[in-house]
Amino acid sequence: MTAVKTIDIGTDRPEARFAAAFERNRPHILNGRGQPLAEKRNRALDRFLELGFPGPRDEHWKYTNISKRLERPFEIAIAPAVPELRPQDISRFLIEGLEGSVVVLVNGVMVPGLSSIATDGPVIVPIMDAIGNPVFDRHFGRYADADDAVFTALNTAFARHGLFVHVNRGVKAGTLHILNVTTGVRDTFLQARHLFVVDPGASLTVVETHAGVDAEGMFLNAVVEATIGSDARFDYYRVQDDPGTSAVTGTYVYQEGASYASCGTVTLSGGTIRNNVAVLPDAQHCESHLTGLFIGSGEMHIDNHTLVDHAQPDCFSNELYKGVLDDSATGVFNGRVLVRRDAQRTNAYQSNKSIVLSDKASMNAKPELEIYADDVKCSHGATTGRLDAEGLFYLRSRGLTTDRARTIMLQAFVRDVLDAIAVEPLREVLERAVENRLAK
Amino acid sequence: MLDIQNLSARIDDFEILKGVTLSIKPGEVHAVMGPNGSGKSTLAAVLAGREDYEVTSGTVRYLGRDLLEMEPDERAREGLFLAFQYPVELPGVSMSNFLKEAVNSVREHQGKEPLSAVELLKMMREKAALVDLNPDLKKRSVNEGFSGGEKKRNEIFQLAMLEPRLAILDETDSGLDIDALKIVAHGVNQLRGPERSFLVITHYQRLLNYIVPDVVHVLVDGRIAKTGDKDLALRLEEEGYDWLREETIAAPVG
Repeated sequence: MTAVKTIDIGTDRPEARFAAAFERNRPHILNGRGQPLAEKRNRALDRFLELGFPGPRDEHWKYTNISKRLERPFEIAIAPAVPELRPQDISRFLIEGLEGSVVVLVNGVMVPGLSSIATDGPVIVPIMDAIGNPVFDRHFGRYADADDAVFTALNTAFARHGLFVHVNRGVKAGTLHILNVTTGVRDTFLQARHLFVVDPGASLTVVETHAGVDAEGMFLNAVVEATIGSDARFDYYRVQDDPGTSAVTGTYVYQEGASYASCGTVTLSGGTIRNNVAVLPDAQHCESHLTGLFIGSGEMHIDNHTLVDHAQPDCFSNELYKGVLDDSATGVFNGRVLVRRDAQRTNAYQSNKSIVLSDKASMNAKPELEIYADDVKCSHGATTGRLDAEGLFYLRSRGLTTDRARTIMLQAFVRDVLDAIAVEPLREVLERAVENRLAK
Repeated sequence: MLDIQNLSARIDDFEILKGVTLSIKPGEVHAVMGPNGSGKSTLAAVLAGREDYEVTSGTVRYLGRDLLEMEPDERAREGLFLAFQYPVELPGVSMSNFLKEAVNSVREHQGKEPLSAVELLKMMREKAALVDLNPDLKKRSVNEGFSGGEKKRNEIFQLAMLEPRLAILDETDSGLDIDALKIVAHGVNQLRGPERSFLVITHYQRLLNYIVPDVVHVLVDGRIAKTGDKDLALRLEEEGYDWLREETIAAPVG
């Protein structure tokens, strides 16, 4: 077994606390299960210590001061406390009319008593129980990387909670709702890790929601990996509505030939939120859709970084992110589209629009298109502005109060992002949630 | 109904209305004509409550209340309607949602029950027919993708839906061909009644062949230069506005 290298990072830096926690829990984390995973974990911790948390001078974190968030003396929860919840405690976080499986994770830990797994759905296993499964071992840690390597490395080193979901060839696995509830905890650092393997010709929809009850000062470092076989379809939605949690999330989707993948990210509440979504269509005729909706108020900070890496010809990608920022909220959108030299006949589109409602709120939008192929159709557009004064006056001239007119205009503004949600019960729940959030 | 006394207003440093006096009784249709830049649309904007304009002097009483003290939306709920010269497109706001919000804002203000979805649709079908608008417009976004003529007919359609006490038509005829003009005028005529007044602002006499006014005012350089009956409009059509400019200039001297 490789020993953890001694890297002097100073004891006062947050990285040191993680290293110490890793040492303390080494037997627990590695747990004697399978040498390959233990090596992956050790390598990941080394990588984490080498990289260190990003500072404000780090280009990828320029607008998101994550180090400041991490200065808090978090309890690094290898085995978080799981308060007992009754079904009625979580019923309001369920999605009415959504059919399929529900897995409830309380403070990151799966609670079978609250979960219900459809017999004809996908195979769902907590990741620690999946170790040794050849499919899990083959794919775990293979896709999550990219620019936010430090958080991925930290997650790979520590994560014990989360799901391995496997859909066998040709199976239409329906919808899986992963409900994350943080409750009864504060100042705790949680890590979650999912791996979705969708075999050729199969399909899976995952709706992952985050909610919080009586939880404060939380930090979540979540990593999702998905590998989508040829002619398969994968739809993934993440809905963040956990006011006591700051988060860094990474969603990494690998696509094989003629597969379809969509990633929708909706942020309604939270502290400092950074979402990384990276899609790699690695064969011909793939289709990829990235959508995002963020509504910031108070002191919220919402940063969406996306990457669509077109490595192969004849693929299509479309990206639509919209945000509304009020009070002192800040937003960031960084959308990178890479069209590599061989990716001829790529169609890649990106649009990012934000409305800033107050003088203190702000938005930083940065599209990054890098095109190395010559026969492509690519476009991007980014706008940030105020609500249209003419539209507001028109509505008021028909009897609507200023507040109502504003709500109607904002709802109209976000409509196309909500319309892009293919899961109807989720769309309906979000329409109501968004209306409530936008109403003054 | 409406009593405007010596109204002056400016935008930035430009004095546009320079003492307009005009009074409309219930059921009357008044036309305001005038050359470009005379202040016609400013008058409509000030009455509707557009905030870009500053009223520098004068009073406006509406149904016995100080209109200028009221917010634009309150004016609307009190039964004042402006048909826009340039109707605004609202992408993502469906016609049916827009009308539900508008009609029920007014109804709530009047202490009436809100209309149900079914009642609203029935009303929309009836009123759309007045101006020959396609009844399946309910799913379309407000004014988005509407032709110029459809936008103007949509204004009259909204007028019909909201059943105001006083309707101001700001150059509703501009950009309309003769057939569309007749449709719009027909719609307006259907909506005339003893309790409803109209202020019809127009550059051309043509509209007044179809919406026959009780009183015609001519606005020149921010003042009412002349008031008369419908024949005044015909004279303006033949002779233009120049003779009025001379009269206005001559008047203070004489």
